[in-house]
Amino acid sequence: MTGATLFGLCAAVLVGLGLYGAIVHHLILRRIVAFNLLGAGAFLLFGVVARRGTGAGMGGDPVPQALVITGIVVAFSATALAVALLLRLHAVRAAEDADR
Amino acid sequence: MSLLLDIFTVVAVSLGAVFFLAGAVGLLRFPDTLTRLHALTKADNVGLGLIVLGLLPQTERPLAAVKLIVAWLLVQLASGTVSQLIARTARRTEPPA
Amino acid sequence: MTFALAFDCGLAVLILAMAIWTIAARTTFPAVVGFVAYGLLLTLVWMRLAAPDVALTEAAIGGGLTGVLLLGATSRLRATEPPAVSERPSVPFRLAVAGLCTLLSAAIAAVVLLLPDPAPTLAPEAAAKLSLTGVGNAVTAVLLAYRALDTLLESAVLLLALVGVWSLAPDRFWGGAPRSLALRHRDGSLSLLGQVLPPIGIVLGVYIVWVGADAPGGKFQGATIIGAMWVLTMMAGLQTPPEISQAWVRVILVAGAAFFLAVGIAGFWLAGAFLAYPTGFAKSLIVAIEVALTLSVAATLGLLVAGPPARPVRT
Repeated sequence: MTGATLFGLCAAVLVGLGLYGAIVHHLILRRIVAFNLLGAGAFLLFGVVARRGTGAGMGGDPVPQALVITGIVVAFSATALAVALLLRLHAVRAAEDADR
Repeated sequence: MSLLLDIFTVVAVSLGAVFFLAGAVGLLRFPDTLTRLHALTKADNVGLGLIVLGLLPQTERPLAAVKLIVAWLLVQLASGTVSQLIARTARRTEPPA
Repeated sequence: MTFALAFDCGLAVLILAMAIWTIAARTTFPAVVGFVAYGLLLTLVWMRLAAPDVALTEAAIGGGLTGVLLLGATSRLRATEPPAVSERPSVPFRLAVAGLCTLLSAAIAAVVLLLPDPAPTLAPEAAAKLSLTGVGNAVTAVLLAYRALDTLLESAVLLLALVGVWSLAPDRFWGGAPRSLALRHRDGSLSLLGQVLPPIGIVLGVYIVWVGADAPGGKFQGATIIGAMWVLTMMAGLQTPPEISQAWVRVILVAGAAFFLAVGIAGFWLAGAFLAYPTGFAKSLIVAIEVALTLSVAATLGLLVAGPPARPVRT
């Protein structure tokens, strides 16, 4: 077994764990964290595919690596939007409770 | 000469790893926030310092050695600040033992 | 078992332990701390997978900025967090979900084990045309030459996310400044760090963008460091977030994507296709786009952390 395969199996477990957390948790913030954990596992799968595609003197296939960099940045902006939505939701709820 | 340097590296890095281990044990075993911080600073300052010191002879260019030292100094700065923040928060929120 | 494989095994075990901790922790704060540690460990994995560019991105964004964002949200929502285990779903439901997730993991693991050998790769193609772009880092070449459209869309996605965050502001605050990021209890040591670190961090960020053309690094990694320095000065209370209706804020935010788009459209006339670079000018255009994008991405990331406007416009 190579290191790449090992991390591939690790990534498979991470995706499962993240999905479990995203479904089971009641708090939305915990779901956001779990979803990020799932996403990191998916990125890791890309990394394993990239690592297997060594060639032309490179340590790995640069195309999946570039896709992962794009993915990490997009995942962050999605997380920022999700967190902002959550905070707004709480603010609206708190205001409604105060009115009642 | 290079064998001597290799031995120096192995000894210094191992010693650094021992400090990290001790810091981790302290983090788990000590009773309150301030003593745990005390354990962590040993790992951060001395442990990382020894590892950087041990890696210095292995660098190929002087610039790489400078980068290693800068990394160590930046960790010092960050960990010192964070320790202060944690300690002050702990003193505000936790009753003195 | 070789030493390298033993190291990889240890790393994998640590990551799985951190992941389980993150999912199983009883309250949110330890879960988020676990997630940050998980991100930093992943950085080591990316180094082991010979992907230093991704490692830098993961360390800066996955471990750093996401951590700041999630920790900030945790502390603001702490008062509303119900006591742990009060609203856990029933055991049969959790078992069913665990079973299905295990099935998913097993399927992915099977795919990993059945990947074709030799693996398909675009590395030779990427290397063959590398000299035409003039850059030495193949990942940068993919991001800004071969698949430049992806990167252009990505810079638009960042702006869209920011527009989404801003649109959550109550009407009376529209155009105002986001809430202050400063800690409730001002701290001298943080204010010292906020003054000592940014000059070093900005130089480091610029350096990482600059070497990104030929060595591991690039605009997203460098921009994240610069953006993080901005967030640090705001957290230390040395700066307040700007009002979002100011013209200079808007100009900085769109400058990168607008310049990228302009170069892309100019490609129609100069090189015969959208986002094509004229021969001989590829590297200088790539570096120019990276510089423009760096400033915009740094500002966007900082404002994404700052959140929607929460103060009325000063008149």
